[in-house]
Amino acid sequence: MASRTVIEAIREAMDQEMARDPSVFLIGEDVGQRGGVFLASDGLHKKYGEYRVLDSPLAESSIVGIAIGAAVNGMRPIAEIQFADFIAPAFNQIVEEAARFCYRSGGDFNLPMVIRTPYGGGVHGALYHSQSIEATYGHIPGLKVVAPSNPADAAGLLKAAVRDPDPVLYLEHKRTYRLIRGEVPDGDGVVPIGKAEVKREGNDIGLIAYGLMLNYCLEVAEKLAAEGVSAEVLDLRTIKPMDEAAVAATAKKTGKVLVVHEDNRFAGIAAEVIAIIMENAFDSLDAPVMRLTGPDVPAMPFNHVLEEAFLPTPERILAKARELAAY
Amino acid sequence: MASVKMPQLGESITEGTISKWLKQPGDQIKKYEGLVEVITDKVNAEVPAPLAGVLKEIKVKEGTTVTVGTEIAVIEESGTPGAALPTRGREPEAAVPAPQPVSQRGVSEPARASEGEGRTRLSPAVRALIEEHRISDAELARIQGSGIGGRISKKDVEDFVARRAQPVAADGEQREAAAPKPTFAQEGTESTVVPLSPMRRSIAGNMAKSKQTIPHAWTVAEVDMTNVVRFRQKVKDSFRQCEGVELTFVPIIVKAVVEGLKAVPVLNASWSDNGVLMHRDINIGVAVSVDDGLIVPVVHQADRQSIAGLAKSIDDLASRARANKLTIPDVQGATFTVNNPGTFGTILSYSIIAPPQAGILAMDAIVKRPVVTDGDAIAIRSMMNLCLSFDHRVLDGVSAARFLQGVRRWLEGFSEQVPLY
Amino acid sequence: MATQTREVEAKGGQSRHRSLGLSDEEALHIYEVMRLARAIDERMWLINRQGRAPFVISCQGQEGAQVGVSAALKPGYDWVVPYYRDAGVVLWFGMTARDQMLSFFARREDPSSGGRQMPGHFGARRLQILTTGSPVGAQLPHAAGLALAFKQRKEDGVTAVFFGEGASSQGDVHEAMNFAGIHKLGLLFVCENNGYAISVAQDHQVAIKDLADRAAGYGFPGVVVDGNDVLACYEVAKEAVARARRGEGATLIEAKTYRLTAHSSDDDDRRYRQAEEVARWRQKDPIQRYAKYLRESGSLTDAVEQDITERINQQVDEATEYAENAPDPSPDSLAKFVYKQDIRG
Repeated sequence: MASRTVIEAIREAMDQEMARDPSVFLIGEDVGQRGGVFLASDGLHKKYGEYRVLDSPLAESSIVGIAIGAAVNGMRPIAEIQFADFIAPAFNQIVEEAARFCYRSGGDFNLPMVIRTPYGGGVHGALYHSQSIEATYGHIPGLKVVAPSNPADAAGLLKAAVRDPDPVLYLEHKRTYRLIRGEVPDGDGVVPIGKAEVKREGNDIGLIAYGLMLNYCLEVAEKLAAEGVSAEVLDLRTIKPMDEAAVAATAKKTGKVLVVHEDNRFAGIAAEVIAIIMENAFDSLDAPVMRLTGPDVPAMPFNHVLEEAFLPTPERILAKARELAAY
Repeated sequence: MASVKMPQLGESITEGTISKWLKQPGDQIKKYEGLVEVITDKVNAEVPAPLAGVLKEIKVKEGTTVTVGTEIAVIEESGTPGAALPTRGREPEAAVPAPQPVSQRGVSEPARASEGEGRTRLSPAVRALIEEHRISDAELARIQGSGIGGRISKKDVEDFVARRAQPVAADGEQREAAAPKPTFAQEGTESTVVPLSPMRRSIAGNMAKSKQTIPHAWTVAEVDMTNVVRFRQKVKDSFRQCEGVELTFVPIIVKAVVEGLKAVPVLNASWSDNGVLMHRDINIGVAVSVDDGLIVPVVHQADRQSIAGLAKSIDDLASRARANKLTIPDVQGATFTVNNPGTFGTILSYSIIAPPQAGILAMDAIVKRPVVTDGDAIAIRSMMNLCLSFDHRVLDGVSAARFLQGVRRWLEGFSEQVPLY
Repeated sequence: MATQTREVEAKGGQSRHRSLGLSDEEALHIYEVMRLARAIDERMWLINRQGRAPFVISCQGQEGAQVGVSAALKPGYDWVVPYYRDAGVVLWFGMTARDQMLSFFARREDPSSGGRQMPGHFGARRLQILTTGSPVGAQLPHAAGLALAFKQRKEDGVTAVFFGEGASSQGDVHEAMNFAGIHKLGLLFVCENNGYAISVAQDHQVAIKDLADRAAGYGFPGVVVDGNDVLACYEVAKEAVARARRGEGATLIEAKTYRLTAHSSDDDDRRYRQAEEVARWRQKDPIQRYAKYLRESGSLTDAVEQDITERINQQVDEATEYAENAPDPSPDSLAKFVYKQDIRG
């Protein structure tokens, strides 16, 4: 076991996968000598050379498109989109191409490729360096979408994503990069895609989240415990395909569920989680399922007051959780 | 100067919303006089003034939600310097009627989900537990709800089941002895205590207060409804098609009542120590029975509505009452009430007046009876009793009889010439 | 400026195809594939107009460019990324008349998509034909990726990607060419310039006469070739392939040709082009032109022509018969292959 931050865990996982499999390579803007704007690939260019850690031109659509072609021709690309906010130019490549290669060819083609991208706010990133995109891409059949909350999952899910035969959108919450530190197991430590994990057991209410918000929920659970409320915290880890059994289990166990995310509210991940609960655990519900999400505004403003107003903070989650507990 | 704070209206309540200020800055206030209406998750309450004096300042405006303990107003106490002086020469407005108590059931406020419904609305989890543990209705009634609005939560049932499973104590005490003792009644061996829903409590309080303060008088008129029945029979299908609502007897009676009140305005009034407050608008409360009690939404300015308009208004209010979708204004400001116990077959009803109104009219059942007509012939006619309870402080029997006579004549003279629209 | 090619000249007394290194058999095979592509296409229109199949999109008129370029590649070794008109390309790379008809009737056995895609959306992994979608231009970055993988593994495989002049307006085309230029990828960008993007003529698509001129902006050669001269197409492709294999980078080949049919069975080209213009281009039909050459060079006799016609008719008849009677996909296959590895099984 080694103590790592999320960004260190991601770097080590890429390093280990590239060492293990020569077909694995990284392509993206500034990933080479610069080591990525967040230093996710720091040192890898030197270690593996230009054609394993490839600085792309500033053109997101082709970053994904090239990764698609390389994946067909025997490689396992990791395409890095510098910020989730810049992924839109690649929307066609991801949605119309990557996500449906397998389906449109009747299973003849498949794309073992990863698209890594930092998402989320709380870092004064403003409208174009703070967005959350999981609901948009979670909606797309053929894509897998993961969003780890801690270093062990970051490493384990990245390895799983690299080895997966299908395109995986790997979302890294940029505020967790250096904020969240934890033990990363020695050895492989692959975390299976599609499996949620109960990060804290509890009986009275269930908090369901992922990414940064999961960490906030753990904080809140600690505070609730002091108030005599036992909160279970479920980390979705994979947005798509979602672990419906785990969601239903937490709902059945607690009867009261609060879903938290930073992404916009309308048709967000919480809506899907709530639908899963209604379909699978209705008879166990003891309160309306609640959600606390980012608002339906285009993105997170730069001004710190407005940024703070956008984010579900631990304080807001706590207040909502109390409301749920008291219901 | 004394500060008035948002009171904690019920356990676990952390905040309240100012619904309506009953006093304005400068007003003289008596101790315990209604100062402000507050809505919380659990109750809608009129908060009485904590002391006598003059309202100096309102700190939280209507519609705003603040946490318990927040200062909402400042009162300058009587006897403090300056307070004894008349304030800007204004008369104390004792004649202003106290606001109608707001039912705790029927009023929903968008942000609040389950006001007052707590005890009756069981979550799927609670239902499943009741089934699983074969909890009887009597046992259920003994479970104390700890949720918002007294809602019985899953945990409440689990706790109850755990207590029930404990062996009977040596001294023969009931197995739920550990549970908090109900404070409101003795529990006999043959009786069970049904805890009071907020609505029940509210009705009880209002009715008791009404009977204790209003000298009720009661009078009945027998009305030949044959013309109305025939007319309604004739038009009801086309009315439903055109208007989308049923043409019941209620809007027709309300129309008759409106006409009667116009003729006898003293019944459209409120008692106060300073004088009878005559209301310009005729706002008719229409009693609607709901699952666990009664709610009286109000047709405002009923005198400005046709029969068709009244039919629509009443249908809307009744369906929203049953759906728990009434707003606070929907249940406020009635100047007279019409009650329809006849639906349940009653023929003589003695209704209790809802203060500060001066009267309430009960429609009893329309029944076919042999009646001696003008030419001393006997005919089968559709007859109905209209029973009026009135505040004898406000008016006397003569006025009441005149009112009933007017209503009766209007109804008996009903013909196709009476405009529906 | 792009290189302008001229008609391939016979050298040293040899016929043109021989001077390009093609045997008579190879030259005839090129002819047969062009004719097969045309014959399948014509059959599809007949079936469509009979109401037996909902949609056709054609290769007619572009067979010379398609087969000429393909003939310079190594099937099973190189990768091709076709677009929806490239029946000639995929037939050269190993698809059959039956495959095409199965796709046309959207049957379960359709090798391109199992009946999921419209006709013309080719793909076959074993033949190294990339699966294609409908949004045009998106396939060019894929080709760059295929070529990048060859380079990363230090292999000399070549990738050829085909697209129309309409697609050339897409941003992806620029991004792919830019990337190919930077990394000297072994790529052939083959623009089948047929003059129209559905209804929009070239002069409203681009401001330049020769799209091949754009290659200069990406740092590799651009060549204009007569797309209706199959041997000329073969010649420029052969040179471009050789460059690519040597690791000298990409080439943009603009094959100027013409779409002899409407855009698709749902289009009426009389709304935007003159019948005389179409008639004029029919005179330049690449198949007739090549047949004339083959006859003149002595490779194509009446007897050979007869054999070819019979073989093609037999293939097309058999393919139609087979595909029309082949089973549809079962409804329960709707959700199959959303993922290669579906964790929900």
